[in-house]
Amino acid sequence: MNVTTPPSEGIGASVRRREDLRFLSGRGQYTDDLNRPGQLHAWILRSPHAHARIGGIDTAAAAAMPGVRAIYTAAHIEAAGLGGVPCGWQVTGKGGKVMAEPMHPVLASGKVRHVGDPVAVVVAETRSQARDAAEAIAVSYTPLPALPTMAAALAPGAALLHDDAPGNVCFDWEIGDAAATDAAFAAAYKVVRFETTNNRLVPNAMEPRAAIGDYDPNSGEHTLYTTSQNPHVIRLLMGAFVLKVPEHRLRVVAPDVGGGFGSKIYHYAEEAIVTWAAAQLKRPVKWTCERSEAFVSDAHGRDHVTRAELALDAEGRFLGLRVETLANMGAYLSTFAPAVPTYLSATLLAGCYTTPAIHGQVKAVFTSTVPVDAYRGAGRPETTYLLERLVDVAAREMGMDRVEIRRKNFIRPDQFPYQTPVALQYDSGDYEATLREALRVARYDSFEQRRAEAKARGRLRGIGISTYLEACGIAPSKLVGQLGARAGLYEVANIRVHPTGSVSVFTGTHSHGQGHETTFAQLVSEQLGVPLSQVEVVHGDTGKIPFGMGTYGSRSLAVGGSAMVKAMDKIIAKGRKIAAHLLEASVEDIEFSNGQFRVAGTDRAKAFAEISMAAYVPHNYPIEEIEPGLEETAFYDPKNFTYPGGCHICEVEIDPETGETEVVNFTACDDVGRVINPMIVEGQIQGGLAQGIGQALIENTVYDSEGQLLSASFADYAMPRAAQIPAFDVSTSTTLCTHNPLGVKGCGEVGAIGSPPAVINAVVDALRDYGVTHVEMPATPQKIWSIIHSKGGAALPAAAE
Amino acid sequence: MPQVTLTVNGQSHTVEVEARTLLVEVLREKLRLTGTHVGCDTSQCGACVVHIGEDSVKSCTILAVQADGAEVTTIEGLAAADGALHPMQEAFREYHALQCGFCTPGMVMSAIDLVRKHPQGLSEQEIREGLEGNICRCTGYHNIVKAIAAAADVMQGRTSELARAAAE
Ligand code: FES
Ligand code: FES
Repeated sequence: MNVTTPPSEGIGASVRRREDLRFLSGRGQYTDDLNRPGQLHAWILRSPHAHARIGGIDTAAAAAMPGVRAIYTAAHIEAAGLGGVPCGWQVTGKGGKVMAEPMHPVLASGKVRHVGDPVAVVVAETRSQARDAAEAIAVSYTPLPALPTMAAALAPGAALLHDDAPGNVCFDWEIGDAAATDAAFAAAYKVVRFETTNNRLVPNAMEPRAAIGDYDPNSGEHTLYTTSQNPHVIRLLMGAFVLKVPEHRLRVVAPDVGGGFGSKIYHYAEEAIVTWAAAQLKRPVKWTCERSEAFVSDAHGRDHVTRAELALDAEGRFLGLRVETLANMGAYLSTFAPAVPTYLSATLLAGCYTTPAIHGQVKAVFTSTVPVDAYRGAGRPETTYLLERLVDVAAREMGMDRVEIRRKNFIRPDQFPYQTPVALQYDSGDYEATLREALRVARYDSFEQRRAEAKARGRLRGIGISTYLEACGIAPSKLVGQLGARAGLYEVANIRVHPTGSVSVFTGTHSHGQGHETTFAQLVSEQLGVPLSQVEVVHGDTGKIPFGMGTYGSRSLAVGGSAMVKAMDKIIAKGRKIAAHLLEASVEDIEFSNGQFRVAGTDRAKAFAEISMAAYVPHNYPIEEIEPGLEETAFYDPKNFTYPGGCHICEVEIDPETGETEVVNFTACDDVGRVINPMIVEGQIQGGLAQGIGQALIENTVYDSEGQLLSASFADYAMPRAAQIPAFDVSTSTTLCTHNPLGVKGCGEVGAIGSPPAVINAVVDALRDYGVTHVEMPATPQKIWSIIHSKGGAALPAAAE
Repeated sequence: MPQVTLTVNGQSHTVEVEARTLLVEVLREKLRLTGTHVGCDTSQCGACVVHIGEDSVKSCTILAVQADGAEVTTIEGLAAADGALHPMQEAFREYHALQCGFCTPGMVMSAIDLVRKHPQGLSEQEIREGLEGNICRCTGYHNIVKAIAAAADVMQGRTSELARAAAE
């Protein structure tokens, strides 16, 4: 048998996805599609107030309603000795001051701190019975001052959201060298200033969260089915900190998950509630979130207010950068929240530029809003937006070309590895290459003709560039441990070769749209020389997979794929020993390629399946030396972050009569390292671009002064739809990551990271004749119309030059 | 409790419902046809789109009692009896028009209706505007639009990349 992997299946092939058939046939198994025998339904009563003291909770009438089996409040949770919802990261601020970490109770205890804070849980035979009963619960609230914004929370004399967070401050943190930065500013030819708010977003994966708790009284095992990006992390956080159930009694299953974008990383109270309630009631308990409930209970993203100053020399070289950010944490600390504005954001302040001195400060603030945590890009979109807008502002103030100022400050390919002044060491990249390619594809040189042609039609056309860099593939455990992470960030792969040579790959990462079942199978198929059809990828079940840290931070291939390579190396090493025995050769002489173990320089060979069969039927086998079987597990801890980068170019047309912006062209050239499946990579980038365009033009989360969420449904929160999103020109240009075995960097977030400043730079460019220097996100028609009309209206002013 | 009789994917079902029960709840909870999804509670996302007769309908927007006597087709009923996928399903796979798959059933059902209502063919802009009622958070729509254009060619008997690929 001579099995080789056809080139149409291996690394670099746009293999059509294996997961598609079940999704296209309606046979996906998302959490809400699952039903356990005897299942009850939970409904969560949530706070209508932003900030209030809870007087009493009267559940008597609700308890008497049809079908109701139990009602739980904080009193029950406390009596049962459950812990609070934990945070996974502890940031240490200036002067060694550890962040304030107030208790995040499973059910609100004493006070509610945001609209949507869970107050009570009704469990009933049907969902509508539970819901009806929840409406009959009477809670007496004494409203307290709402703190819907960071400004309100930081105002002198503001009410305290948590008694143990003075001034409503979580931490005040800094990075970089303040003195060196001051010196750079003192020597500057020019200082450019820029202030901005990175608009708060609601991730809105299309599948609302859901959770089913199940309990087996015979074994004492709890099972949680949940919409999670990282079931092992949920097992750890919920088991060890909330329920105090050891790992061997707690199984967490994340079946098909309908998108995550970060919002399904975190351990949420509802997961603990259903798992605990199922054990109390000895019946499964299911909870499914409604969309309007998701708006007030899924972690939100972004929400940074930042002031930046850039010092330049007379030639436009960046000398120093000073940045002060206020980061909204919301009412409680979600799992990753403290890391987002700090280690995932401020560490990127060098961008792809050689700025020698940088000082960044971040003050994190509690407000009476939904917790804020990582959303696609997590910190890097905020920094990228800041830098790429700031660079455009600097170009304008210096009278320089926007491309030229970037080129002048790029880190050159011969400068890698490049140590930034804000802790990171970049391993590879070629920013000039992605810029050049994007300029070519976007026909940048002929843009002025298109601007003039649009002007003749009465439309304002603009073009914007963003040259970005990001850090992902998170992360080296030792490093993140020093930075306050409470877990390691390695990944785990278990590769089980079956006797006939088919392969099961168990990965600790999780696919919720990324197509891992295809990409990972391609990787394993190519490395082991086994046909794609003989490889299955298993994820999302702590009962099957040894361990794992899950999928976020564009880490699945860079970290999870590297773990697979490491496990496969062990398989091949063992296979060579078995082959050496069978072929009566020395191990050193056995080569492995294309699924064949061969004695070097001869045609004597054993196929992969012959070796696996020998490993499981060890009749003729070096049994004294090696064990039977062919299965290996590897934990891979990355040596560094990975550093994708690239160039996004956006071209817009604005209708001055309506203020509406149309994205007419969008070009992205990204360096994501080695590409396994180009079709999937392009799809990931396109999806990220749409989210970035959404942030730049339409998406916004709005609280009123009472802390009520105004943008709390798809009727009020603008989700990008097909007609608002252009066709994309997406391509990749590769430099390999130097420190992981595949040379991969990660592609999941680059679209959402690089694109918002390209869009806003284009909008500002389109409005340049009005003297506009900045438009805050989202650049809605109303905002643009107001700007145009404040500057004299739609009748086009004469060109400023 | 009211009773309704529905034909779903060619099979007749009679079920007891509450007056407030939605069609999507009957499909998902009574008939366990969980391919039809619920992505919102304000009739905006389109994850729940099914066909009633020849028309696409948001099944979260219609009460079960209103659908009494209706002929309903869900995503599960789209493939031929021999399992061959509908050209729209084929095109979604070929053009990578789905990622997490959650919006996909509704997208496919809406897209089929859109193509049927435009026998003369569709421009890219018409496809984009025709998807007004369906939200996808994953794909950025680029590949969905391509897939629908290709499937329209096949459904309407024009030669397309997809038709050529299928013929080979
Ligand atoms: S579930 Fe969103 S439109 Fe029906
Ligand atoms: S594929 Fe995930 S929402 Fe469309």
